[in-house]
Amino acid sequence: MSTIVSLPDQATAKLPAKSYLNQEYGLMSWLLTGDHKRIAILYMISISFFFVIGGVLAGLIRLELLTPPSDLMATDTYNKVFSMHGIIMVFLFLVPSVPATIGNFLIPLMVGARDLAFPKINLLSWYLYVGGGIFVLSAMVLGGVDTGWTFTTPLSTHYLNTHVVTAAMGIFLAGFSSIFTGLNFIVTVHRMRCPGMTWFRLPLFVWGHYATSIIMILGTPVLAITLVLVALERTMSIGVFDPTKGGDPLLFQHLFWFYSHPAVYIMILPGMAVISEVISTFSRKRVFGYTAVAFSSVAIAVFGFLVWEHHMFIMGVSQYSALVFSLMTMLVAVPSAIKIFNWSMTLYKGSITFETPMLYAFGFIGLFTIGGLTGIFLATLGMDIHLTETYFIVAHFHFVMVGGMLMAYLAGVHFWWPKMTGRMYPEAISKTAAVITFIGFIVTFFPQFLLGYLGMPRRYAAYPADFQVLNVFSTAGASILGIGYMLPMLYLPWSLIYGQIAGNNPWQATGLEWQIQSPPLTENFVEIPIMDHEAYDYEWLANKTQHEVQTVG
Amino acid sequence: MTEKTQETHQDAEVHVVKPPIYLAIFLTLLALTALTTGISFIDLGVFNAVIALAIACFKASLVVLFFMHLHYSSRLLKLTVAAGIFTFLLLISLTMTDYISRAWGMF
Repeated sequence: MSTIVSLPDQATAKLPAKSYLNQEYGLMSWLLTGDHKRIAILYMISISFFFVIGGVLAGLIRLELLTPPSDLMATDTYNKVFSMHGIIMVFLFLVPSVPATIGNFLIPLMVGARDLAFPKINLLSWYLYVGGGIFVLSAMVLGGVDTGWTFTTPLSTHYLNTHVVTAAMGIFLAGFSSIFTGLNFIVTVHRMRCPGMTWFRLPLFVWGHYATSIIMILGTPVLAITLVLVALERTMSIGVFDPTKGGDPLLFQHLFWFYSHPAVYIMILPGMAVISEVISTFSRKRVFGYTAVAFSSVAIAVFGFLVWEHHMFIMGVSQYSALVFSLMTMLVAVPSAIKIFNWSMTLYKGSITFETPMLYAFGFIGLFTIGGLTGIFLATLGMDIHLTETYFIVAHFHFVMVGGMLMAYLAGVHFWWPKMTGRMYPEAISKTAAVITFIGFIVTFFPQFLLGYLGMPRRYAAYPADFQVLNVFSTAGASILGIGYMLPMLYLPWSLIYGQIAGNNPWQATGLEWQIQSPPLTENFVEIPIMDHEAYDYEWLANKTQHEVQTVG
Repeated sequence: MTEKTQETHQDAEVHVVKPPIYLAIFLTLLALTALTTGISFIDLGVFNAVIALAIACFKASLVVLFFMHLHYSSRLLKLTVAAGIFTFLLLISLTMTDYISRAWGMF
């Protein structure tokens, strides 16, 4: 099969003598670093740690659901396990996944800057994230939380005696970490672009992260305020969410989902940003409709703020208001579809090769499309009454979050692994992992659409025996999926020592980050580059390569 | 070194606000605080909250515009603050679509 990978001659190739990895040694050189690339690595290690914990909890949930009765764990333990799975996966893995790791590493490289605008705030954001993680872990170790990841009132404020405040504090801190990341990205993109780097020459990766940052900065404070209100309600009974004191439990839902629905786009937009880069590189074509894809990111960020009530359709909100929100929810499908169609058009007549990042990107497109389209079912008021709070919803958002975002994260990690580490991952086994992940994902979550449609509610440890066959499929799929995720965790660290030397630009990609050494210098660029061509200009790259050869010859 | 200093001066668009303006704003804020306190002794029905919030918003605007220098800042910074206010208005107005119409057709 054809490939575009071009590696230097392994007999003579060496890693660069100086890079951000060997500039300084010792633990403190990492813990006190201001280098965006090192902070990205710190984030990557931390989120992988939390992903493993969240993944083990997911495994426990699927094991419990293997059989109809609640037999593996007590029902309240089950509540704690799925709550913790949600809290860890959403706030400690998905929200920071691409922006804080790949985004942190790449945004300065892509705009042609030496670092992010505020390196110390960047480091502070990692410490806040770790602090938040410690709070969440403490809540788990001290006895857990059983509110679900949504902290639904009045359950969280009046009826439960678990560690709600501790977990909420953790999310509060992690929230500020993501605000700081967003702030850094916005200022960097506005103020630190290299000469010639106009807005419409920026890679779509940067546009996606810019849109994400807008949501992070405008949305996350609302979550922080809401969680503080829950804590105050629990400790001082201030009455904001308590009807007997003139409050309203639904107000919590409004405030919580005002952040948490846009947060879905915090989770998916950076994934889309990765996919734009990967699809273009492995099709050898400029992304079709660059401007439309760029603006659709911003449109998703804006529309994302107008749809939150669709999480509350059955909770007794005004039916007129629900009608408006249903319509606006449908509108979000438009920019998402623009992206999918444009990526498909990019593939059309492209010179496609099937390296690992591309396989994950294909997985993303297929699974995200299913996840997105089932969202239309749920946005429809009548259908929603039947489907909401069932496994249909669980399947829907796992298709978007896991099938979409996690696939995109893995695509990104594989795509930029040679740039981050200077070494290639092993291609054959990683392709196998990508295929295993896809199959495992489908087997795990597709049966859940059927279960939900048949009426199996979410959040219960026990279910009628009729549902067992589909649940067995789902659990079996989860174990396949587990293998799919375990493989990269084994071969990526392995490749740090044994991987082939990647050279500067193994994919023949056009981004600025590929024109410098791998791994990059601490200062990124020896001289600040001057951008004189559009993004994804493969002719420019061909000319440049030809010119280099002539010079050497 | 000299060049660097010049660059820094050019980059930072520092606007020095004269003390009398600060003093005037400070006194206005104190006066408005007194007004809020005073008016709380008079029962104005539904306007109790409306007036208190209006005064609070006006005070916040003064702080942001003068103490936080927004009045003298670039358009980009003004736009940034406007984006925050716009998001807040979205939160309030779209939430109100529920509260205003929740009981319609029920009674």
